[in-house]
Amino acid sequence: MINRPGTAEFPHEISLTIPIVPNIEVAATQTAEAVAGFMEFDREQIDEVKHALIEACINAFEHSNSNENKVYIRFIMKHEDLTVIIQDFGQGFDVESVEKPNIESKFGNSYKRGWGLMLIESLMDSVTITSSPAGTVITMTKLRVRSSKNENGAKEVSSD
Amino acid sequence: MINQFAVTMRKESEYAVIYTDGYINNLGGEKIAEVANTLIGDGIYKLVLNLEKSTVVNSIGISILIEIIEKLQETNGKLVFCGLTKTIAKTFTIMGLTQFAAISDTEELAIQGL
Repeated sequence: MINRPGTAEFPHEISLTIPIVPNIEVAATQTAEAVAGFMEFDREQIDEVKHALIEACINAFEHSNSNENKVYIRFIMKHEDLTVIIQDFGQGFDVESVEKPNIESKFGNSYKRGWGLMLIESLMDSVTITSSPAGTVITMTKLRVRSSKNENGAKEVSSD
Repeated sequence: MINQFAVTMRKESEYAVIYTDGYINNLGGEKIAEVANTLIGDGIYKLVLNLEKSTVVNSIGISILIEIIEKLQETNGKLVFCGLTKTIAKTFTIMGLTQFAAISDTEELAIQGL
């Protein structure tokens, strides 16, 4: 039996495996929408989780070079937050070497991409990325209590 | 299919409004760029991009929007966004797009801001 948020039965977990196929990340966002809606997140919080999930999936699709061509997603619902774990068993990447993009440097530069990790970190409340030659795991959490980050990255928390 | 995207536009004498419907990914972004480039080629350098029917974007699609802004800058043109969800507006702000292309609440205000 599934319990509503606020009952004692949390955490709940939903697992999803998606193939590395163009645009299939949209299917994952539909699960995110349902899960976050179940947890009574507001519209903006739901959209932020969906956008972050899209970026995490795209990152895996484009950079993992996974032989099995799959991405594993887990939604872990707890009283206080939703954690989404995106995992691939690809080649991994050097997390420390990823440069933070800025818009000025993109003008006049043929490479205008490289925003994904920054967006994930900005849209979620906490993010950890671990990567090795055995694969990559992005663990990202959205608090049920509204928490937003201002442009300087400082958090503002309200309890609406 | 899972990704259906449509782009339409309304062309006036000195500006045009581009309307999108669907997920703005690489393909969506390229379709927008195709329309924008045609308009720029026709001498229309003031564009409104109405995203009211696009509630999901990704960073690849947005990167193509940066290309459009860049091209408009070369012609002293201007791009104004409208119809954005709060999260898309936040995403554009995080990326710094709003330094180069304003966001308006409504299409009417966006046209006034050109």
